[in-house]
Amino acid sequence: MTGRRDFRQEVGLREDGAHPLMAVEDLVVCYPVARGLAGTLARRPHRFVHAVEGVSFAVKRGELLALVGESGCGKTTTAQAVLRLVEPVSGRIEFDGRDITPLHTRALRPLRRRMQLIYQDPYESLDPRLSVRAAVEEPLLIHRLGGSKDDRREHVREALARVELNPPELFLDRYPHELSGGQRQRVAIAASIVLGPDLLVADEPVSMLDVSVRAGILSLLDRLREGGLGILMITHDLSTAARFADRIAVMYLGRIVEEGPAQSVVRNPQHPYTKALLSVVPRRDPRERSKREILSGEAPDAVRIPSGCRFHPRCPIAIADCKQIDPALEPAGAGAGHAAACIRV
Amino acid sequence: MSLLSVESLNVWFDLDIGGELHAVQGVGFELEPGERLGLVGESGCGKTTTVLGLLGLLPSSASVAGRVLLNGVDILAGGEETIRPHRWVDLAIVFQGAMNALNPVKTVGSQIVEVLELHEQARGREAKARTGELLDSVGIPADRAERFPHEFSGGMRQRAAIAMALACNPSVLIADEPTTALDVMVQAQILELLDSLCSDFGLALLLVTHDLPVVAELCDRAAVMYAGEIVEQGPVDALYHEPRHPYTRLLFAATPDLYGEGVPASIPGAPPRLDRPLVGCPFHTRCDRAFARCVDERPLLKELDGDRSAACHLNDIVAEVV
Repeated sequence: MTGRRDFRQEVGLREDGAHPLMAVEDLVVCYPVARGLAGTLARRPHRFVHAVEGVSFAVKRGELLALVGESGCGKTTTAQAVLRLVEPVSGRIEFDGRDITPLHTRALRPLRRRMQLIYQDPYESLDPRLSVRAAVEEPLLIHRLGGSKDDRREHVREALARVELNPPELFLDRYPHELSGGQRQRVAIAASIVLGPDLLVADEPVSMLDVSVRAGILSLLDRLREGGLGILMITHDLSTAARFADRIAVMYLGRIVEEGPAQSVVRNPQHPYTKALLSVVPRRDPRERSKREILSGEAPDAVRIPSGCRFHPRCPIAIADCKQIDPALEPAGAGAGHAAACIRV
Repeated sequence: MSLLSVESLNVWFDLDIGGELHAVQGVGFELEPGERLGLVGESGCGKTTTVLGLLGLLPSSASVAGRVLLNGVDILAGGEETIRPHRWVDLAIVFQGAMNALNPVKTVGSQIVEVLELHEQARGREAKARTGELLDSVGIPADRAERFPHEFSGGMRQRAAIAMALACNPSVLIADEPTTALDVMVQAQILELLDSLCSDFGLALLLVTHDLPVVAELCDRAAVMYAGEIVEQGPVDALYHEPRHPYTRLLFAATPDLYGEGVPASIPGAPPRLDRPLVGCPFHTRCDRAFARCVDERPLLKELDGDRSAACHLNDIVAEVV
């Protein structure tokens, strides 16, 4: 058994006696950078975007894990790799105790029903020519599930009721353009849960919606979670993660730099990147105007990852060792299940 | 006399299918030198139309009425002719997608030089030197002037757009969702920049955004818009701690906060259509405090104590909308 596995057990990433719904270990994903015609002719070496570089996490049933970070940190690539929508270079993805990394398209198909994706933009993700009924029924037809026509109707009605589009009859024959943004996102969620999945991957599920309807969608996800679904939510919004996630994993340049129970990460951050990120989140109450710790510049691109700790060029507390040592995610002494990747913690 | 005073601004759009959409309904606010005012609201509330209207930037399908007084002079009265001398020179605007505001085939520096020359602020070598200073003032090294917009990151492009807006030393900077597409750390950098531009140069800021916490962070006062009108206006601290319009209270309650207690609650329902006359309070169908009078009678924006105003019948009855 490797040291990494020991740590995972130590910080409680594994459920006692049972396997988590989804476990990702040492996931690596990179994309080649286009060299262009001149580059190809000159035989310039291939360069790669190191989008995800050794990410490990687990999602339990009935748990919402928020993967937070700035654009380009690899959070969306991670989500896509988890669903096997992009091919990882290495690493292991376990779904319900089964290693799905080596599975090919055909073998994955029955599993796809059990892991569903919710997209950011409900204006793009719904086919404008499909009625609500047809949009929610379509996944059943694709997966040849749901039994007879009447059974499928019942499934569609149930799914609409679960996403609180009540009464379902009022919505069945409407088209996306007749719905508000929040209602569209509810239809998209209905089309995901109609298959009875175990895992939902929600990529920025509310960032395109108005503030007044966001809370409703997030509360809906929360109720689905209470009903036993595991949810991996990708978000750039720490306030949303703080209020709705059970656990938060903070990503920076392809790595998880801090992970733990949501309230512990938000109230007792350990990694200097998490601390800085939290310090700049605007607050509702003007009296709580924060003492901002603004990092200069922006994250370097993932083609040239800095040596040692990848955060060291922007880190306010970096020391000489940080240029050499690439820190592992280790228990941070901030409570059970709270880990950070920093040699100064 | 205020630096900028907008009085009963109305905007109607002619619809292709006939009829009109009353997008902005009697909006008024004032801005003093160095003051930061947030114009907040959700999509479709008319906040962007308001600023485009007061700058005379709306398409021909729009009709605009009302007064826009700059140092006491109505710049809207003579249409384009009276607005043009002030646009960029006194009132400058920064848009949300900085990539769209910058020309992709020209260097960033040459675009700022163009603004300087067009408005006869400086020419030739002097304009180049001034461009360097402007870029420097927004935190971009002057030697980057020769770069193209695509060579800049999102945050740098937004800084460049701000530098361009500052070219003619305006007294009012209008920023429409200036940080919306940006990451939180870059957003913080831009907010800090806007903050220092206001404190150091006395620039007045009109910040248009859907993001209440950004307003709470940066602005002194805010005007909350709903269905084309301002429903509440006042110091940001008072809006959060003692809202006098239910929409303000519910909007804050719907906004997640890093350390806030409880779970944010959404506001049921949707805003009314603005292509037909509104009867009663535009918010009454979604309001948790609506009563009979709200259905029939439209509340007017009334002055309340504490330098604020709100359009809600409840203020006639109780001292405070809790």
